[in-house]
Amino acid sequence: MSCCAPGAEMALDISDVASVPPSSNEIKLASRSLGSDIHQTDLSVPTVHCAACIRTIETALAKLENVESVRVNLSTKRVSIRWHGGDVPPFFAGLGRLGYKAHLFDPELHEKDQTLAGLIRAVAVTGFAAGNIMLLSVSVWSGAEGPTRDLFHWVSALIAIPALAFAGGIYFRSAANALRHGRMNMDVPIAVGVSLAYAMSLYETINHGAHAYFDASVSLLFFLLIGRTLDHMMRERARTAVNGLSRLAARGAVVLGADGARDYLPIGEIEPGMQLLIAAGERIPVDGDILGGSSDLDCSLVSGESIPGTASVGTHVQAGTLNLTGPLTMEATAAAKDSFLAEMVRLMEAAEGGRSRYRRIADRVSALYAPVVHLAALLTFLGWMAASGDWHRSMTTAIAVLIITCPCALGLAVPIVQVVAARRLFEAGVMVKDGSAMERLAAIDRAVFDKTGTLTLGRPRLVNAPSIDPVMLAIAADMAAHSRHPFSQAIAAHGGFRGRLGSVHEEPGFGIEATADGSTWRLGRRGWAGWKARTGAEGKKGGYGGTVLSKDGRIVAAFAFEDTTRPDAKAAVEKLKDAGVSVEMLSGDTAKACGEVARTLGISNFVPALLPSGKVEWIETLSRAGHKVLMVGDGLNDTPALGAAHVSIAPATAADVGRKAADFVFLRDSLLALPLALDISRKAGRLIHQNIAIAIVYNAFAVPIAISGHVTPLIAAIAMSASSLAVIANAMRLQGVVKPASQGVGLRQRRADLSEAARS
Amino acid sequence: MTTLIYLIPVALFLGALGLGGFLWALRSGQYEDLDGAAERILIDRDDPHEMTSRSN
Repeated sequence: MSCCAPGAEMALDISDVASVPPSSNEIKLASRSLGSDIHQTDLSVPTVHCAACIRTIETALAKLENVESVRVNLSTKRVSIRWHGGDVPPFFAGLGRLGYKAHLFDPELHEKDQTLAGLIRAVAVTGFAAGNIMLLSVSVWSGAEGPTRDLFHWVSALIAIPALAFAGGIYFRSAANALRHGRMNMDVPIAVGVSLAYAMSLYETINHGAHAYFDASVSLLFFLLIGRTLDHMMRERARTAVNGLSRLAARGAVVLGADGARDYLPIGEIEPGMQLLIAAGERIPVDGDILGGSSDLDCSLVSGESIPGTASVGTHVQAGTLNLTGPLTMEATAAAKDSFLAEMVRLMEAAEGGRSRYRRIADRVSALYAPVVHLAALLTFLGWMAASGDWHRSMTTAIAVLIITCPCALGLAVPIVQVVAARRLFEAGVMVKDGSAMERLAAIDRAVFDKTGTLTLGRPRLVNAPSIDPVMLAIAADMAAHSRHPFSQAIAAHGGFRGRLGSVHEEPGFGIEATADGSTWRLGRRGWAGWKARTGAEGKKGGYGGTVLSKDGRIVAAFAFEDTTRPDAKAAVEKLKDAGVSVEMLSGDTAKACGEVARTLGISNFVPALLPSGKVEWIETLSRAGHKVLMVGDGLNDTPALGAAHVSIAPATAADVGRKAADFVFLRDSLLALPLALDISRKAGRLIHQNIAIAIVYNAFAVPIAISGHVTPLIAAIAMSASSLAVIANAMRLQGVVKPASQGVGLRQRRADLSEAARS
Repeated sequence: MTTLIYLIPVALFLGALGLGGFLWALRSGQYEDLDGAAERILIDRDDPHEMTSRSN
């Protein structure tokens, strides 16, 4: 079990995001019925990563009552549980006891990847066809003649038909679609080349010709499909992993009816005017006003404020805020689609223009390449017609030009490098959503950071622990262990829990009260714990210095907190500066809090107290000045900025929409993931350019030979394969160049752990 | 020469058999969790509780 130790590979600390398991109502809502009383629930368990985890989870959950079957999917880090009966088995509690954090997975997202299955089927069919046709072709090249050659050609033609119809369809449809919209893409020359080659070969076969190009047209498809499948797998894998992490938006809420009935309604059915009950630990589902109760609210993901705010009757609350300490009754003032969260999504979509204008290197190359290829083939045809007047000979040569220049190596050049690079990043705990993200990251010259949750962990740390009486600290820690408030958790981390307290209870919005040795102890806001008045002077002494421990109304200890900066934040900022990227910080938090962090990390430019639209404006100003901006942020308020930047990175603890808007997601706490991603992206960019150069040099040699009419199918096949292999070999160089991340437990380490686990 | 009349169809049939096998395996979900499949060989299967059916 050594590999399951905390801090092992992929161990995500997302405790802040979902500290309370969803209610059984919520689980039921997220399950799907498989008929005959059986339900399936899909959970995302990001920390599962080895054989021992699979075994532990499957055995433990299968023992729960009413559970039919359990299956862990390691690739997508998901657990599917089938269960029957009316009550939801306690999977979350079960997984929690085993030490795994689980999150509900959205059923509508849980569809099999049909595109990937289709692509793999197409690769299989073309591979089969290419292999068999190649065998027959080798026989022809070795000297089969007359009727034998014709027979082989006919068999080849027959084998090629299903391959072209089935696998070629992918390219034909894409090419037709591009042409219909008046665009040109890489698929157009492929579709034209493949179908012309097939038609010409068929003509040759019917007329007992010596050469046929069936092998070329099918093996071309085979190679290209491999490239496309790799590209798709890379994107899909990162996408499912990102989707699988926890969510920010609540799935529904308990609605209090006019007659006192309590119904759990999905979020889409909540309308303004409804009264909602929000338990401690739940997220606020829609914007609204508090009608009853008081509590502390964690707004860090929404507004970037690092200190939890209080909520009492009349407070306006925003969707996505986490209710920390007490139950609340609220009235919805907006439907889910009109909430703050929805507004952020709209702002983000409006801001995304800059990114959608970006065209991938492969597309830019093919936009130049495709017309050149077609023009070359056409000119060859016309030239031969003029020179020889033999239309058959001219046509054959033109097709040879089209085939030999077909962007086989070019089709592989970009995806293969991106797949290798994405794999390297994945091992270092960074997920890449899309290949073009690496191209964009390689070009940046400005990095803009959010503060709370990005440069800092958004988790307060007790800074004056050494100056506090150890006995008082231990008592405070005992009391704090009963609360979910971030300050309490910071204090609790300092204590040995002796648990000799009596009647502990939490006063939401104020603090914790307990009795011990006949005294009343209070841990919380100064004005409350200090006995004077319930809502007294804490406004003046608020902030970090406002938390005290009191014994019978007398203050015995005061606590000071500071937000912890992310590990390696300073080193990461320095490395970015070394790489020629200037660093700035934008935050929704106060100038004082920002200034402290900026000083610690050596960031000279920062702008505090920005609204979400302010961040977008800042980035757009930079972009207009010609800068390529990298945005690093985690909050809901950063989401529009993530969309507006040239490229964006979010930590795994980010808000759900934020992770979806970002191009990269880093899974570990260390910020060194950023310079690493930049480094690998730049190296990948260089390799892609080299690969494109290889493909172009290859064409520079091959095309003149083809135009002069000396290309036999054998030469075409060898040349094509050789160029593809050169491109793949070049991409593999990326494996060796980057050292594994310092704290990342690499794949090799993981294998070692695994074999150890297997032995023990 | 005449043997080719048999051999080519036989070769194609065997190849198609392999292709069919692959497509069947793909459809039945054998490739859905490649990482998991690589790790699962390390798990002892003595306990009947673990013999859970494959989902989807």
